Amino acid sequence: MALNTIWFILIAVLFIGYFILEGFDLGVGILLPFIAKTDTERRMVINTIGPHWDGNEVWLITAGGAMFAAFPDWYATLFSGFYIALFLMLIALIIRGVAFEFRSKDDNPVWRSFWDWAIFFGSLIPAILWGVAFANFIRGVPINADFRFVGNFWDLISIYSVLGGLVTLSGFIVQGAIFLSLKLDNKFSEKTRVLGLKLWMPNVVIMLAFVVQTYFFTDILQVLGVNPGVIPVGAILTLLSVGWFIQQKRLGWAFIINSLAILFSASTIFRILYPRVLVSSLDPANSLTIFNASSGPYTLKVMTIIAIIFVPIVLAYQGWSYWVFRNRITSHPKDLHY
Amino acid sequence: MNDLVVNLARWQFAATTIYHFFFVPLTLGLSVLVAIMETLYVTSGNEVYKKMTKFWGKLFVINFAMGVVTGIVQEFQFGMNWSEYSRFVGDIFGAPLAIEALLAFFLESIFLGVWLFGWDKLPKKIHALSIWLVALGSNISAFWILVANSFMQSPTGFAEANGRLVMTNFWDLLGNPNVWVQFPHTVLSGFTTGAFFVIGISAYHLLKKNESDFFGRSFRIASLFGALSILLVILVGHSQGQHMVKTQPMKMAAAEALWDSEDPASFSIISIVDQKQQKDLFSIRIPGVLSLLSYNRFSGEVKGINQIQAEYEDLYGPGNYVPPITISYWAFRVMVGVGFLMFFIAAFALYHVMRQMDLSKMKFLKFMPFAILLPYLANSSGWILTEVGRQPWVVYGYLRTADAYSPNVTSGMVLTSLIGFVLVYAILMGADIYLLRKYAKAGPKLVESNENHDDDSYWN
Repeated sequence: MALNTIWFILIAVLFIGYFILEGFDLGVGILLPFIAKTDTERRMVINTIGPHWDGNEVWLITAGGAMFAAFPDWYATLFSGFYIALFLMLIALIIRGVAFEFRSKDDNPVWRSFWDWAIFFGSLIPAILWGVAFANFIRGVPINADFRFVGNFWDLISIYSVLGGLVTLSGFIVQGAIFLSLKLDNKFSEKTRVLGLKLWMPNVVIMLAFVVQTYFFTDILQVLGVNPGVIPVGAILTLLSVGWFIQQKRLGWAFIINSLAILFSASTIFRILYPRVLVSSLDPANSLTIFNASSGPYTLKVMTIIAIIFVPIVLAYQGWSYWVFRNRITSHPKDLHY
Repeated sequence: MNDLVVNLARWQFAATTIYHFFFVPLTLGLSVLVAIMETLYVTSGNEVYKKMTKFWGKLFVINFAMGVVTGIVQEFQFGMNWSEYSRFVGDIFGAPLAIEALLAFFLESIFLGVWLFGWDKLPKKIHALSIWLVALGSNISAFWILVANSFMQSPTGFAEANGRLVMTNFWDLLGNPNVWVQFPHTVLSGFTTGAFFVIGISAYHLLKKNESDFFGRSFRIASLFGALSILLVILVGHSQGQHMVKTQPMKMAAAEALWDSEDPASFSIISIVDQKQQKDLFSIRIPGVLSLLSYNRFSGEVKGINQIQAEYEDLYGPGNYVPPITISYWAFRVMVGVGFLMFFIAAFALYHVMRQMDLSKMKFLKFMPFAILLPYLANSSGWILTEVGRQPWVVYGYLRTADAYSPNVTSGMVLTSLIGFVLVYAILMGADIYLLRKYAKAGPKLVESNENHDDDSYWN
């Protein structure tokens, strides 16, 4: 397999890992002001993701770095092209990250409420923007023959891309609700489970609407054919079955199945893209691909060796950190560290 | 139009980078100091070291968060504002950034989570190991970003192909001599920053006779750590200057306001220059000293601005190759001057510690809280010299900053994001300083009371 393809897959894996992991902590951040009212409750909710959110976010940082290293033109065109959207995302991630560390370090209720809303908006904005961005990846954006983005912010906003934003938003919220029901103790676990079940329905409806629109706005039919294959079908089936697992209170399974739904859905997007990385709406010949946007073979080889050595190590210790914090969070003071 | 975009993008890079580097050095240094304290706790079993770990750890975390979030902007703004740069050097420059994320960011963020929330969940040794891994991660991160920056200062391990630079030898990229002066200089400056932070806050409490044992120990550890670090900063800085004379002569000439080549070359005590008229308005120089600094002897030619400009016109074609002289000149002086001042302060503090004198009676302790600002001043000046002195190049000798911007990005967009970042950063700076002051002034008691709070509202 060409190294270009390997790097396309690796970047896809990084984004998918990011969506599954940060998916739940963004969801938790969005749910925070609504499900947790007292300060102890809020601290409990935040502490479910406290040890993890930063490590989850590094999946994105690594994906960005990998794009830069392996496909510099993708990185350059995308980040300069989606400028205002990316700026909003950065502001959101900045205030959110600081909020987690700052909110409990002062007792003033105004201070705490300020940072809680910072967590909310800081989680809401990326959750929407990721869907908007990926919808635009496959739908296409105005890119000229020099690989330069020639549109503006409003070119990124369409019914299709907004629907994409709602897909990630609702998907992440469901992911967050299931995670909370796994990580909080009994009374809260049940509350968030019921919430997850309620939110799963709109998630399914939005997703189906997005799938239908995808057939209108992208070249999915040419790429995947009439029979889309196992992965897209798997995406729908897993998403549909999540509700059953939540209802049966098999929450561990619900989390795994919802994660699989994210995995399959995002894989479908990447499958539609391949071998392109950014589709041009002006001329198919202007699309950036894993070949015309890539670094040289030497760089790809070096980076492949480094990835082979270090990715398993990272996965091992990140997995271990989840194991260390496997217990449910209670309102016992020992669980309320910050 | 394009000039405006480039200038706004420059301002944005300067503002966000200087801001980011307020937090990074303290992370580099304080992580190691906290790790030392926790190791002392694990090996000695003395509870005061646990208390110290928690108190300084709390301040560390407040600072760390700011470094992390402002670092995200750093990684993404190359693509946003400098897309031509990203295309031109992405083959080389992207690699260390990706490696930094994979090797360093995962390590520091995951083990910080483990450390923060794992006090009751892990054996002591594993817990202490996790703060060492945070410190290791932060310092590895510094290494890779300086590999990337060193390529901009003096490129190695590459070739030109199809109008862009491509990597030809990864080991040459790492073996870039610039890395091996810049990395220790930066990391040791971070250690110095951490030490002055601990010294300053400890001095404040020692004078108030508050928790004297606790802050006396903190003061002693930090004095030793700080005195060693700043000594090494100066020694490495000397080598770095000599490397700069070889690889970036224009930067040294600008930093010394040396218009014409001299042998032996003179060192400027004070120069006020008019860059437009290309002359000194006022200058006092000591003969021979710049040669001494450059070559460790009182002779040897150091090239002047005018000669290098002529040389570069032959090499790269017509253009202005002189960086802003006044900024380079003063940044250099502030960095070096403050560096030596810190050395004397740290040595003085260490002297008192070694003589086992009663610290609370030392008058000079009054100044130590203010001395916390010194490393910040030196760190920022150092980077301003490094980056401004490299102009007009973004990649020395290969790409001009003016050609590196994003052609599709408008001045309105850059201005919007510039204002946005500055506003948000200002608010966060206010909150950060507020919290640091609050916890630093309150001392270890506040950290302990936070840990033992009892809130049973959930059960009622």
